[in-house]
Amino acid sequence: MVQSTRAAALALAVATMTGMAAHAGDLTIFTDTSDPAPKQAFQTLIDDFQKANPDVHVKWTVFDHEGYKTAIRNFLTADAPDLANWYAGNRMAPFVKAGQFMDVSDVWDQNGLKTSLKSALPSMTIDGKQWGIPYTYYQWGIYYNKDVFKKFGVDIPKTWDDFIAACAKFKAGGVDCTTTGTKAFWPAGGWFDYMDLRTNGYQFHMDLTNGKIAWTDPRVKKVFDEWAKLLKPGYLTANSAAIDWQDALPNLVQGKAATYLMGNFAVAPLKAAGMTNDTLGFFPFPEITPGIGRAEDAPTDTMHIPAKAKNPTDAKKFLAFLASADEQTKINDILGQLPVNNQSKVGSDPFLQQGFTMLSTADGLAQFFDRDAPAEMAKIGMEGFQEFMAHPDRVDEILKRLEAARKRIYQQG
Amino acid sequence: MTSVTTNAAARRHGAWRRNQRRLAPLMFIAPGALMFLVYVVVPIFRSMSISFYDWDGMGAMKWIGFGNYVELWSDPAFLVSLENNLIWLVLYMLAVPAGLFIAIFLNQNVRGIRIYKSLFFFPFVISQVVVGLIFTWFYAPDFGLLFKLTQMLTGTGTAILADERYATYGIIVAGLWPQIAYCMILYLTGLNNVAPDQVEAARLDGAKGWKMLWYVIIPQLRPATFIAVVVTVIGALRSFDLVSIMTQGGPYGSTRVLSYYMYEQALSEYGYRMGYGAAIAVVLFFIMMVFISGFIWKMYRDETER
Repeated sequence: MVQSTRAAALALAVATMTGMAAHAGDLTIFTDTSDPAPKQAFQTLIDDFQKANPDVHVKWTVFDHEGYKTAIRNFLTADAPDLANWYAGNRMAPFVKAGQFMDVSDVWDQNGLKTSLKSALPSMTIDGKQWGIPYTYYQWGIYYNKDVFKKFGVDIPKTWDDFIAACAKFKAGGVDCTTTGTKAFWPAGGWFDYMDLRTNGYQFHMDLTNGKIAWTDPRVKKVFDEWAKLLKPGYLTANSAAIDWQDALPNLVQGKAATYLMGNFAVAPLKAAGMTNDTLGFFPFPEITPGIGRAEDAPTDTMHIPAKAKNPTDAKKFLAFLASADEQTKINDILGQLPVNNQSKVGSDPFLQQGFTMLSTADGLAQFFDRDAPAEMAKIGMEGFQEFMAHPDRVDEILKRLEAARKRIYQQG
Repeated sequence: MTSVTTNAAARRHGAWRRNQRRLAPLMFIAPGALMFLVYVVVPIFRSMSISFYDWDGMGAMKWIGFGNYVELWSDPAFLVSLENNLIWLVLYMLAVPAGLFIAIFLNQNVRGIRIYKSLFFFPFVISQVVVGLIFTWFYAPDFGLLFKLTQMLTGTGTAILADERYATYGIIVAGLWPQIAYCMILYLTGLNNVAPDQVEAARLDGAKGWKMLWYVIIPQLRPATFIAVVVTVIGALRSFDLVSIMTQGGPYGSTRVLSYYMYEQALSEYGYRMGYGAAIAVVLFFIMMVFISGFIWKMYRDETER
């Protein structure tokens, strides 16, 4: 039973009506899976669940992807479904702290998920309890145009110095070394994550996003000094602050830029624009500080039971079903992403295979800047990174501002 | 028994008849007033009360008195928004003379004038979102028309929306496009009502050109000017859609205006500060109140003077 509508408000109204009619055995699910692949993945998942549990009656409402982000606050407090999808890490913290998500540690314990979903355990845990089930994640890294690399005789850079040296070659030939579009801010967050993870390592990055380290710390300054090596000579596409991440894709496709730091979701539009496995390549972000453990960004999508759910029994059954190795194999095949369950199989796509190897050998997995840092810090931080990428000389001013924000935000708790 | 009831009915009837003239207008106004109360007045006071709390929109509310307002005062992002609102207000007023100029230009009888009028009115008819998109592409780095033009003239292209010095002005220009069309229509209807005998008389007295415009035409357009100023001031203060579409407040927050900052703080993806957002809304409300009460006072004065 699918009720699909683009307008979040309308969906909410529909949900309110169906919610009132709910009785035992009804399971209402809200998701933001309005894009084709995620929608199909959830359709498959729900069909399978229905087959296995014919006595449960699933009512599924699909929200518009962007509208969902604001709608979730209304429906969690007003008329909650039995299940809703969201994101891991600090992104779920506001809801957990406001008591809007249900503690599902029992689902983890009863199904042995602490072993099978081990890699995502830290990002699902707040105050020693688990608050949801992760079902998919994907890698971040550098996507590159193989033809451009061949033309300039550049090999895949292993270290940051190699990368900068390659950039100089591209620049001399009139090609942007790397491209991005930071209008929506988060691509700038990805850049900072990698610069910090490679310069200072996983633990430092986590401490920083959790407000335990000052932004004016010399080790943070070091990150920006390294970053400036890329920005000051103009190796990054100019005016990136005014363009969306999708608008930067053609630069890579047309060979106007050699590389693009992005998540694996960029592969689909790049291939739709004409790139193939022969022209599009992927490599992990190069090493900056030698010997430091390699950590990666791997944002995880999750499902939760709202505290006001009317049918938590069946909802927990659904979560256990979602956590199983077979279901995660199946839905991630459709999503073109990686299953979190370590017993699942990974799709044959070379980018997925590469990502899987990279993530399973990583020394730590970060969620992403806007999921690791609290919402307000994320916003101010990414705005600062966007400014730094346009004006690297303003670094001290920006860091002072971020430090002032840190002092205010984290003391509120 | 029966006589008592008929008596009572007659008295009720009489009460209605006596007060009919007083009650009828109240009854007509009631539905509108109720809506206004529920959707405008109550939310205003709710916003004011929320602005005294620290609240994430979901959990418990914590009373912090004027804490949000004190923080606003030292918040650089708020000051930037306030400054941008002032820039909007000043530059948006250009729509009034520009609209007047185009209206006078179009107020003539040549073949196909209706088509030209519709073409000039066109930007007001299309959605602000579309206006925002058109201008975003016009300014876009690499493929934008303006970028190409500046590249041709100066050698280096200027991406208006990527540069904090120009971005706000770039958005205001986009906003002026439909606003000028709006003012133009107001003046076109106003020009229809200009008394031909006065123009004729002025002409006999030797008035022409600027003098004719300034002393004869414009005074007669006063009602149109008043409405044009009102809609332009309000349009400038509630500018939100263009900022949201064209820059999302960027580059690095330099194009924020109060309404957008309020949305960011209280409702957006990263905004969980209802109290703080409400405080911004209250500040914006009072700024608007200054203008709105000015307008209402003028309207009241005009009506009572008659």
